[in-house]
Amino acid sequence: MKTSEQVLSDLQAAMPGVKISLLANPSPSAQHSLLVAAEDALRVAAYLRDQLGYDYCSNVTGVDWLDKETTEKMKTSRTVLKQVDGVEQSVEETVEETVKRIEPGYLEAVYHLFSMKHGPTDPHPPLVIRMRTGNRGDAVELPSLTPVWRSAEFQEREIFDLYGIVFRGHRDLRRLLMWDEFEDHPMRRDYMDPDDYEYEPTPHDEVLKRADQQRLQAVQGGAQ
Amino acid sequence: MAVEPDLKIELGKQGVFVTTLNELYNWGRRNSVWPMQFGLACCAIEMIATTMARYDLARFGAEVFRPSPRQADLMIISGTVTKKMAPQVVRLYNQMAEPRYVIAMGACAISGGPFKQGYNVLKGIDRYIPVDVHIPGCPPRPEALIHAFMTLQKKIEAQPLTGEARPRHLNAEAQGEFPVPVPSAHDLEPPVNRLVWPLPVPSQGESA
Ligand code: SF4
Repeated sequence: MKTSEQVLSDLQAAMPGVKISLLANPSPSAQHSLLVAAEDALRVAAYLRDQLGYDYCSNVTGVDWLDKETTEKMKTSRTVLKQVDGVEQSVEETVEETVKRIEPGYLEAVYHLFSMKHGPTDPHPPLVIRMRTGNRGDAVELPSLTPVWRSAEFQEREIFDLYGIVFRGHRDLRRLLMWDEFEDHPMRRDYMDPDDYEYEPTPHDEVLKRADQQRLQAVQGGAQ
Repeated sequence: MAVEPDLKIELGKQGVFVTTLNELYNWGRRNSVWPMQFGLACCAIEMIATTMARYDLARFGAEVFRPSPRQADLMIISGTVTKKMAPQVVRLYNQMAEPRYVIAMGACAISGGPFKQGYNVLKGIDRYIPVDVHIPGCPPRPEALIHAFMTLQKKIEAQPLTGEARPRHLNAEAQGEFPVPVPSAHDLEPPVNRLVWPLPVPSQGESA
């Protein structure tokens, strides 16, 4: 059985210098995936389809990764001026510092590939490839893989609609589920839906919070 | 003025048929309510089943489903109304001729149902157009739709032809057209038609 690792080494052998790496999935399913750099994606996709037989793209979806804040304790040494025996001296001192680092988030497009030509018995296990955008704001372009797998067309439109990834080279990139005038991307994790919580007969949790908020606003608005 | 039922039966035995214009008029109306032929989601499958031989909605006078709003008397909102679809639903309703009625079928149509907090689902079509009968269920069985239909028939039967409670088509001042919501940057504009849907009072007695 050809695993993702083998596909990876095939690709690296065929296209030296290609930017591609293995993303391990630590869960029992162990469905590893290949992370492909955006600039190489079209080349890699064409090779996967034509040479390795992945002729069927069954599913394309998106993932939103928020900015991640990591805190790390670091020991650093620095020189400080100190009074030692009445004389000012510079002394090496080791201090522990907490360093906050913000890893920028990104959007991810995930493609699930199968081989129709070889079927599931042949050594062509389902393959998952991913692409990542530069960030969640202004660098959200990725190359469209629709020229390689036609079935990606609508699903890329859906990702464009719901996550806001702009697929370069897509033949017809319009919103799919939301109306054209809509400006948000509802599947992003920081999406706020409009305040229409004025009537919630059985509110709880998040809904209760929003309903209370809105009721408060309505009361304040009415008082003015 | 209605004819007393006992008197009516007695006269009937004598071979005399008495009725009122009101009764006759509503009898005709309630037995020929033709629904509009459109479905929105899974509930539509149940609506279709209701019209088929086993449940046979035609027995109740819903003889044919009309594919044109001009020829339909009843709009069955059978399924999820997405915010993208809502303007079209309101527009279709506007195009129907009076007298017209609306059944909101299923959890989605009456409140948004399982998708209530979804980003593209309207929280009930009664936010934009007047609904005559709501049926809960996900989906409601054909029996429930028939029940709703019979409820609507009872409602039509009880409508007086004159006075304050007369149906809209006999009231020249009644609102005929309902504003079609416009899709905008974050939501439909307006998100609700307050004239049709005044804020319901919470049932749990809590006040703001
Ligand atoms: S109420 Fe249930 S069955 Fe009906 S449209 Fe909604 S989800 Fe489908």
